Amino acid sequence: MGTDILTIRDMSIHYDTPRGTLKALRHVNVNVPKGKIIGVVGESGCGKSTLISSIIRLLAPNADMASGSITFDGKELYDLSEDEMRGLRGTDISMVFQDPMQTHNPVLTIGRQMTDIQYRDDKTAEQKKARAVEMLTQVGIPDPEARLEQYPHEFSGGMRQRIAIAMALMARPKLLIADEPTTALDATLEVQIIKRLEELQADIGCSILFISHHLGVIAELCDEVVVMYAGEVVEQGSVREVFHSPQHPYTKALLECDPGHIKKKTRNLPTIPGEIPNLVDVPPGCAFAARCPRVFDECHTKRPAWTQIKDGQHALCHLAAKESVQ
Amino acid sequence: MLTFITKRIGLALAIAALSVTLLFIIIHLIPGDPARTMLGPKATPELIAEIQARMGLDKTLPHQILIFFGNMLQGDLGMDIFSNRPVATIVFEQLPHTLALIFSAIAWSATLGIFLGCFSAVRRNSLADRLTGILAVSFIAAPAFVIALYSLLLFAVELKWFPAIGAGTPGDIGDIIWHLVLPSFAIGLSWVGYIARLVRASMLEILGEGHVRTARAFGLPEKWITYRYALKLAILPTVTVIGVGMGFLLSAAVFAEIVFSRPGLGKLVIDSISTRNYPVVMGSVLVSTILFVASTTLSDIVNAILDPRIRQAK
Repeated sequence: MGTDILTIRDMSIHYDTPRGTLKALRHVNVNVPKGKIIGVVGESGCGKSTLISSIIRLLAPNADMASGSITFDGKELYDLSEDEMRGLRGTDISMVFQDPMQTHNPVLTIGRQMTDIQYRDDKTAEQKKARAVEMLTQVGIPDPEARLEQYPHEFSGGMRQRIAIAMALMARPKLLIADEPTTALDATLEVQIIKRLEELQADIGCSILFISHHLGVIAELCDEVVVMYAGEVVEQGSVREVFHSPQHPYTKALLECDPGHIKKKTRNLPTIPGEIPNLVDVPPGCAFAARCPRVFDECHTKRPAWTQIKDGQHALCHLAAKESVQ
Repeated sequence: MLTFITKRIGLALAIAALSVTLLFIIIHLIPGDPARTMLGPKATPELIAEIQARMGLDKTLPHQILIFFGNMLQGDLGMDIFSNRPVATIVFEQLPHTLALIFSAIAWSATLGIFLGCFSAVRRNSLADRLTGILAVSFIAAPAFVIALYSLLLFAVELKWFPAIGAGTPGDIGDIIWHLVLPSFAIGLSWVGYIARLVRASMLEILGEGHVRTARAFGLPEKWITYRYALKLAILPTVTVIGVGMGFLLSAAVFAEIVFSRPGLGKLVIDSISTRNYPVVMGSVLVSTILFVASTTLSDIVNAILDPRIRQAK
C-alpha cells in the first residue's frame, strides 16, 4: 500500500441519536492512490459527507468511530493529537465545500481570509498577499490584487468556488477533498471549474477525493470511482472498469438510472425500486438486498465480503465473491 | 459608507423631529394648566391670561409646536417656571451625570456579557455553560432598583467600600468614578445576563455556519475562529440591542439616581413632574429622546462598520 496517500480500512462511524445508534458508515474500505483523482458517488444520505468529515476529523460531536483506521501518508490519523491533526488541515489535506455561497466569512475580505490561512508560514504580510494573488491568477480571477480587498458577497458563486479552490490548493496539499464542488453551480461553470481543477491537479500532483452525484463529471475527471450505498462502499475500481463492467447490482442500477445513459425516448426516467434501509436498525445481510434484482437467500443473512474482482476493482457482493471463485 | 451614514443620520433627524412633536402633543394633553399651577389658587384671571400669553399657551397647538421647534434649534428650551433659569442650562448640568452612569453601565456589562456569551457558546451544553446560563437568567430577573437597594445596603452601609450617595466632587475624576461604581453595577447587572444570552445564541448559530467549517478545515486555531471570525458576525444583533437598550438604561437610571441620590436626568424628570414644571419636564424628556435616537443611529453605524453587506446596501 506504499502508493496510497490515503487508506481507509474497515471503518465504521456511528452517530448517537435520540432514535438510537445511527450506523452512518459500516466497515468502509477506500484507498486513494498518490496523484490520482478518485470519485465518490452515491445518493443523498449514503454517508458521503460523514466519510469526508471522518478523514479531516471534523465529525459532529455525537459521532463515534466504532471500528477501523484511516492512514494518511503513513500516519494513522486517529492516533494524532488534536494539534497534530490541525497541523495537517489546510496544509497536507484541504477541502473545497459544496456551497460556495457559505464557504467564506461574509465580514472579512477575501484577502484577509487568504492570508490568514497562511498563518503557519514564516512569511511577511507582503509575501502572503503575493501568494494569494498568484493563486487567484491561477484559478482565473481577473484583477486579483484589487479583488483581495473585496468581500465574499461581491463575487459570483462561480468565482467564490474558484477562490475556494485557490485557498485549498495554496499550501500545495497532498490530498484535496472536494465535496460536490460543482453541484451548486450551473452547467457551464461546472465545466470550467472541472477543467481548472484538472489543470491544477496536474501541476501540483496531489490526489483528489471528488464527491459528486453527477456520473458524467466522475467519468470525465476521475481515474477511479468509489460507489457508496446506505453507509457502505459497495464497489471501487477504475472508472473504465466500473462504468463498463459494474460488479455490484447497485452500481449497475445506478448507471442505468443516469439520464446520460438513456438512449431511447421515454416518458419515465428509470429509478431503483424500494427505499434505502433504516440505518438505526440495519438488516443483517447485504444492505441492498431488499432492492436487489439478483437477490438470493444468503443476501438476507450474511454480510458480503469486500472481494477483489480483478486488479484494482473490488465489490461488496455475494455474487462477485462467487463469480471470482469460479 | 458615507452615503450610508448620511442617509442614516437624515432618518434619525426625521425620527427625532416626529417624536419631539408627539411628545409636545402628549405633554399638552396632561390635565392641569401650568399658568395656574405657577400662580397658585389666588391668581386673578387677568394675571393667568398674561402668563399664558407670555408662555405662548394662548396660541393654537400647531403654532406652539412651530415656535417650540424654532426655539429648540436656537438652543432655547424655555424657562424653568420656578427658578426662571433657562431649561437648557438645567438639563445640560444634569446630563453628564446620567451619561456617565449609562455609558459606564453599558461598557462593563457589554464586555462581561460578550465574554460570558462566547465562553458559554464554545462550551455548549457543558456544566460551565449551564451554570453561566443560570447566572445570566438570574441577572436578567433581578430588577435594577432591588440591586441598587441591596448593593447600597451591603457595599456602602455594611462594608463601607463605596460611597452611598451623590456623584462625587466635581473635577475629581477618581472620586467621580468611585461614586459611579455602585449605581453602574446596579443598572448594568441585568444587561450582563441579557447580552450573555444573546451572544451565546448568535454565536451558536454562527459556529454552525459553513464558513466556520471552512476555517476549521484550514486548521485555523480555535481561538481565532471564535474571537476573530465568528464573534465579528455574532456581535451584530448585540450591537443593535445595545443601541435600543440605551432607552431602557435611561429608565433604569431613574431608579439608580433616586436610590443613590445622584443628580441626573431621571431625578430631574421625577422632581419636575411632581411640581408640574412643564418646561423642565419637556426639556429633559426631549434630551432623553434625542439621546435614544442618537444611540440607535450609532448602533446602526457601528453595524455598518462591522458588516460590509449593510454598508454597501443601496
